[in-house]
Amino acid sequence: MNIDSIKNGIVIDHITAGRGMEIYRLLHLDELDCPVALIKNVQSRKMGKKDIIKVDADLHFDMTILGYVDPDVTVNVIRDGNLVEKKRIELPTRLVDVIRCKNPRCITTTEQELPHIFKLTNPEQRVYRCLYCETKAE
Amino acid sequence: MRNLIDIQDLSTTEIEELIGVAEDIIENPKKYAEACHGKKLATLFFEPSTRTRLSFEAAMYELGGNVLSVTDALSSSAAKGESVADTAKTVSCYADIIAMRHPKEGAPLVASLNASIPVINAGDGGHNHPTQTLADILTIHREKGHFEGLTVGFCGDLKFGRTVHSLISALSRYAGIHIVLISPAELKLPSYIKKDVLQKNGIPYEQTTDLLAVMPELDILYMTRVQKERFFNEEDYLRLRDSYILTPDKLKTAKADLSILHPLPRVNEIAVAIDDDPRAVYFKQVKNGKYMRMALILKLLEVVL
Repeated sequence: MNIDSIKNGIVIDHITAGRGMEIYRLLHLDELDCPVALIKNVQSRKMGKKDIIKVDADLHFDMTILGYVDPDVTVNVIRDGNLVEKKRIELPTRLVDVIRCKNPRCITTTEQELPHIFKLTNPEQRVYRCLYCETKAE
Repeated sequence: MRNLIDIQDLSTTEIEELIGVAEDIIENPKKYAEACHGKKLATLFFEPSTRTRLSFEAAMYELGGNVLSVTDALSSSAAKGESVADTAKTVSCYADIIAMRHPKEGAPLVASLNASIPVINAGDGGHNHPTQTLADILTIHREKGHFEGLTVGFCGDLKFGRTVHSLISALSRYAGIHIVLISPAELKLPSYIKKDVLQKNGIPYEQTTDLLAVMPELDILYMTRVQKERFFNEEDYLRLRDSYILTPDKLKTAKADLSILHPLPRVNEIAVAIDDDPRAVYFKQVKNGKYMRMALILKLLEVVL
């Protein structure tokens, strides 16, 4: 299968196989009108199988969310057809409207307009807790 | 501007300062009688509560201030669908400080993010109740004179007992504290508190279902009520309600200088016969709560005497 190489844009590589679509949705890539490729189950020496996303546009969006969904991804920045930067994504310290609090007693269950905010409370174990009620994210 | 949403919002130094002010209020009440003259406390209680609201109101009156009160959520704007954020913004136009109790966890935090005046969390669901913790801390301090090296037993509902969570969190900052957790299996302390508070701070603790077995080692026994409003299921509540009832018999092996605390109200978990035992300090604790709330109001309103 051939996917054209991109000129200016990003390649999200080393996505755990099967998580590509989740990342595609979370980054709202469906809303772009530039070429976007989601390639699933690519052979990988390191990972066995992996997903890759290529976006052929000079995008600037918050990619910290990737650190929450799949901490091992790398983001390659391409300029004029050349790899100019390889980013490792760190765990975000705060997640806003990425996941929802499941605690039925949480204020977010009754106040619909509140943003669902989670903060990183334990980086080693990747534990996020609701800002309001401190319930652990599932 | 400062708020008190979680007991961890206060450093141990600030807690010591509050203890100092509260003890000064106890010794010299007249000095503080007009300290908050012209100031208004809004008590916004969206969940039934008598003692905490009365304690806040008594505290403000004894500081010479006034009180605006919402005591019944059914009659308030919340019943019409007003958000906590809008309520906080509105009340900021009328009052100088807010004390909020709300059944939803995190509601006082939302209020503090939107109010232009200090907000005190007066209890949010099963989450936090920091001013009760201040009452507990002053009581322990007055009874024992220190926190270091105490063995503190928590008995009853350790799962939903927000006063337990807050007090454990506060005590975990003192050296040599030893915690004993006594509860039925269904009401054990949530594992995140064990991990994030006790283990993280290196606090030794033990868990047991047997109150009598650990009674001789306790310096403090903190009893709690199994609260009906925390259960979705009436059957579970009825089954666990009478799990631990403290009677004079059970105190036979206790230390002579044990202090028995309870955030009140009690239902039947402490026999009335224990009230006359000098080790029962739960009514002193009520009074201490008022003094600590006075000290806190002074601090948050930045009143300098």
